[in-house]
Amino acid sequence: MSAVGLGPYLVVAGLLLVIGIFGIFLNRKNIIVIMMSIELILLAANINFVAFSSALHDMAGQVFTMFVLSVAAAEAAIGLAILVVYFRNRGSIEVEDVTLMKG
Amino acid sequence: MSTFYTVLPILFLAVAGIVMLMAGVFARRDHSFAITAVTGVVLAIAARLLVAAPTGTVLHGLYQTNDFTRFADVLVALGAIGALALSVTFNRNIGITRFEFPVLILFAVTGMVVLVSANDLITLYIGFEIQSLALYVLAAFARHNLRSSEAGLKYFVLGALSSGLLLYGISLVYGFAGTTGFEGIARALASHPAAAMGSTVGLVFVLVGLAFKISAAPFHMWTPDVYEGAPTSVTAFFATAPKIAVFALLLRVMLGPFGPAVAQWRDLVELLAAASMVIGAIGAIRQTSIKRLMGYSSIGHMGYALMGLAAGNAAGVSGALIYLAIYVVMSLGTFGCIIAMSRGRQPVDRISDLAGMATDDPRFAFALAMMMWSMAGIPPLAGFFGKFYVFAAAINAGLAPLAVLGIVTSVVAAFYYLRVIKVMYFDAGEPGLDSRNSGVSLVIGLASAGVLLFAFHPSTLTTLSTMAAHAVMTSQGF
Repeated sequence: MSAVGLGPYLVVAGLLLVIGIFGIFLNRKNIIVIMMSIELILLAANINFVAFSSALHDMAGQVFTMFVLSVAAAEAAIGLAILVVYFRNRGSIEVEDVTLMKG
Repeated sequence: MSTFYTVLPILFLAVAGIVMLMAGVFARRDHSFAITAVTGVVLAIAARLLVAAPTGTVLHGLYQTNDFTRFADVLVALGAIGALALSVTFNRNIGITRFEFPVLILFAVTGMVVLVSANDLITLYIGFEIQSLALYVLAAFARHNLRSSEAGLKYFVLGALSSGLLLYGISLVYGFAGTTGFEGIARALASHPAAAMGSTVGLVFVLVGLAFKISAAPFHMWTPDVYEGAPTSVTAFFATAPKIAVFALLLRVMLGPFGPAVAQWRDLVELLAAASMVIGAIGAIRQTSIKRLMGYSSIGHMGYALMGLAAGNAAGVSGALIYLAIYVVMSLGTFGCIIAMSRGRQPVDRISDLAGMATDDPRFAFALAMMMWSMAGIPPLAGFFGKFYVFAAAINAGLAPLAVLGIVTSVVAAFYYLRVIKVMYFDAGEPGLDSRNSGVSLVIGLASAGVLLFAFHPSTLTTLSTMAAHAVMTSQGF
């Protein structure tokens, strides 16, 4: 942490968050890309946690990161399972095809 | 030893869930009905344990129980038991009788109990995810049905986005306040102006993440689609337990750790409340599916309950809790009626399918009419009192414009509630729906009794909610 300050880490995390959010809302092609964007958002939070943990000399942030990593794995597994079920019924994973119900 | 008794309900729920999962997996025959019944008993026992558990902060400040968490936990258990009772016949009719259903509800309830009692951002996040992961699967539970799998997919994508935003907010709060404990955050926000500045950004993200889950506008877009697409037994659960749990957490987080920053979040909560009330009222007008209508209706109800949070004092919290308690009962009654709507064992959900119910099944029509009157807030039914307490709290806290908006939107909302009654009593309809089954009738009957008779004995609920509000206002001890 001595060579690089806290600021650059927060900037990278902020950029990852923005890329993730834009990836979800601007992407019109593929639901897998949305899953990847969700992972990016979680990783942005993880970078924040580790950077703050190091700057504050407090282990809680790194412990939190471990929890987040395991939760992210569970979330990806469930998301892909739902996607497989959806693909079996619909025969497509294009974002534009997810329009059976509209409100 | 007191630590053990405080966390005993969670251990009991989690172990019961795992045992039943194993029983379901290794059993030779299909035991789904037995597992559903046992789950109901487990939830009832857990509610009893939650009420009996000693109050206090345990596990090095990670977990807290007080009168407020007891109140919310009992409401969550009530919603889950009611939804479970409604699910049995419906699931059998549409062919999704699987033992995973009650087990997933049990895991979701475990997450909600953790969530309600969280006293640290780590506990909060873990509880949040335990319930969310179970709910994603439940939304897609009718896996051969395109609508249900689409609902599951939408709920997953938007739910994962919301928990990502929540987590990002938590990371900022942790960084600027220097701790994840609720007491520590409150202390840091009260004493360091710089910490308060940075944490406010995190606070906004946390608020957005939680607003997604209670479907407060403008973060409501998933609600009508998921309500319509998910099997009705799942929708009945979604409309009750998760909303109560996340709303209770919202009350605790905003008034506890973020209590010193009330000036920063009050405007945001007012905005959420106003937008939810307006969208809940306007969006429902053109719906033809009663499940979508209930989706918009729940957005509106969350707006009224948020008004209690915006008031930001004990009276507001107490009003919001009364509102939520009445909302659970009304939702269970209404979804009981919706689940009873089927023709030739196939569920139907058009409002026009209700035509002629007043002559076909007068008691059903009367019960649904009472629920609709109550949701519209017509005295002397329970829904009126829920609105009365939050409006009174908002006006006393100087939020008269918000209360006026609430009254205007409830007048608009009365239009579509009354339309359901009009269809039942005055429209000529096709030959009747299937007859009700006794479990569903029991839930409808109890909910109707609660809604009708609340006016005669409101003091039990108001006393409990006042105690709960007092606990949340004083729990942070500063």
